[in-house]
Amino acid sequence: MALLDVEDLSVSFARRGQRTVRAVDGVSFSVDAGEVVGLVGESGCGKSVTSLAIMGLLPKQPGLQVSGKAVFDGTDLLQLDDRSRRDIRGRDIAMIFQDPLSSLNPVVPIGIQVTEVLTRHRGMRGEAAAKEAAQLLDRVGIPDPKRRLKEYPHQLSGGMRQRALIAMAVACQPRLLIADEPTTALDVTIQAQILELLKELVRDSDTALVMITHDLGVVAGMCDTINVLYGGRVVETARRRPLFRQPRHPYTVGLLGSVPRLDAGRGERLNPIPGSVRDLLPWPDGCAFAPRCTRRVDACVGEPPELVLAHDARSYRCVNPAPVPGLTPGEEVREVVPGQATPGSVPAQAVPDDPPAVPGLAAAPSEEETP
Amino acid sequence: MFRFIVRRLLQLIPTLFGLSILLFIWLRRLPGGPETAILGERGTPEMRAAIRRNLGLDEPILIQYGRFVRRMIRLDLGTSISTKREVTTEFLQRFPGTVELTITAMVIAIGIGIPLGYLAARRRGRFLDHASVGGSLIGICIPVFFLAYILKAVFSENLGWFPSSGRQDPTISATRITNFFVLDGLMTREWDAAADALMHLVLPGLALASIPLAIIVRITRASVLEVLNEDFVRTAEAKGLTENVVRRRHVLRNAMLPVATSIGLLTGGLLSGAVLTETVFAFSGIGAFLADAINQRDYPVLMGFIMIIAVVYVLVNLIVDLSYSLIDPRVRVR
Repeated sequence: MALLDVEDLSVSFARRGQRTVRAVDGVSFSVDAGEVVGLVGESGCGKSVTSLAIMGLLPKQPGLQVSGKAVFDGTDLLQLDDRSRRDIRGRDIAMIFQDPLSSLNPVVPIGIQVTEVLTRHRGMRGEAAAKEAAQLLDRVGIPDPKRRLKEYPHQLSGGMRQRALIAMAVACQPRLLIADEPTTALDVTIQAQILELLKELVRDSDTALVMITHDLGVVAGMCDTINVLYGGRVVETARRRPLFRQPRHPYTVGLLGSVPRLDAGRGERLNPIPGSVRDLLPWPDGCAFAPRCTRRVDACVGEPPELVLAHDARSYRCVNPAPVPGLTPGEEVREVVPGQATPGSVPAQAVPDDPPAVPGLAAAPSEEETP
Repeated sequence: MFRFIVRRLLQLIPTLFGLSILLFIWLRRLPGGPETAILGERGTPEMRAAIRRNLGLDEPILIQYGRFVRRMIRLDLGTSISTKREVTTEFLQRFPGTVELTITAMVIAIGIGIPLGYLAARRRGRFLDHASVGGSLIGICIPVFFLAYILKAVFSENLGWFPSSGRQDPTISATRITNFFVLDGLMTREWDAAADALMHLVLPGLALASIPLAIIVRITRASVLEVLNEDFVRTAEAKGLTENVVRRRHVLRNAMLPVATSIGLLTGGLLSGAVLTETVFAFSGIGAFLADAINQRDYPVLMGFIMIIAVVYVLVNLIVDLSYSLIDPRVRVR
């Protein structure tokens, strides 16, 4: 059984006098122990809201509706009361946020912000907690940890702050770590270091990691399984290599195509996806991506596309997917799952051992190929 | 830190200088003078001139001002025209009452205002929120003297829970050391005197607390609402911390900066005396005495009291500024 099983998760915000916004619309995915799973999509696709809903961290406001299931180790997180959720948060499931400066309390020393987790979940106090906190900072690569414990967030560099946040997140050796765009606010050299650190921590401790990002480079370097989100739904789920080698959903194709390539000729233009996330067709009226899609056909509009489990055990939600060479359309479709069914996790053995076919992303280190 | 304090105190000198010039001109421009207050309407011009000569008011204003400055440098504030006692003595006798009243009012305002403001923010849009915001509006709108009369009528005259006037029951003979009646009672271990002085502070303190309370509730509420949206509060929640820790360490501490500023300004304001409240409760602070001094054109009392109040005001705000750096490490005092 998967460590985390998200089933048909929906989050909607209703405001008086305004149209109800379905930020997350029937998202399903699963995470196995020790697995790195990516949630990828443009801003506004619902990836952050998904993670906040799982953590129970969505701001409590009238009109907020969360439905579906998020089963973690046998318990549905969405059904828990506030107290039990607080027990799980920080201990079994921890989270790392996007902007390390605003995510740290400016008026409390780093040390206390680390030890408070230890006190809360591991009952450590005083000298023992301080010692453990220093070890944690050391483990995430913060030099001179004893001194840093007494410092305030504004005295640390951006990379150090994110390392400190990671230290707080891994303080109780959680089984699941959710990282919400952990490198977006950092500059490129630091990004690589932080990703490396996350990879190390996950590998050493068998922690599962949900990586939320819009950056396909991050995904290519880290994730075992990738869920591409659009308009609040998962539009394609696949293991890393098949996804990069042969994306099926036109949105995934567009995302990969819009990545700048090193081997592109001089003067060659980038290929952005036309339009913006706001040009969205409500799912009940058809495929949300249809207004921006280059492969749009008449069948795209009218009713939502059903989830298709394809021959290589991936799944996508498209009536006219990008073709696979050597396969006649129709022959490849293995199963059409009506309605809001779960795509489920894709078995690892289905992943062919080929290098990623997208040259711009081939720079992803090769030593961390799935063993 | 030390240099910051010294610099702020040095800044006080030009402030006081400017204030003294303004005050001097303003007071002399008031129609009438102490001679009218002393003689009334019937005094002859000769008698008026004699009194003015006696008080040195016939000399050119520059010379009078020069004399005032020379005395002030020696910390001599002169003698009251109406009571014939040293201005400093008058001040030291009355100011402790005002300080006690201010402390009482601010303890009430802070003790109720901050928790109420926090709860209102947490229960935004619900009954408690509307009640406290509406209540604080009423608190700001009700004239303090009116509230003072009501409190006195209900809790003193009707229910008899608290004394209605003065600072101490005349039947209690208490030893005076500092003129802070509560403090004196504690120092001399005259517990009944201390308790009695405290009881005398409750009603005027409540009346005086109404406006600061309303302001603190509103500022706390707004500030907490802002902090609740901050990313670090979400981080704290993501760590699974108890609500209590999140509230104390992460929300309130960050929300306190604007509250501290307003507490400083409000305290400074209360320390300059509360004429109406003091009058209703026959409470001898500096407020009523200052009001009398204005009517009597008691120039030395007015000059002296206002100068000291200005110094106190600056000191209170200096303390608030210093407390910033305790609350927020990013505010470096230099």
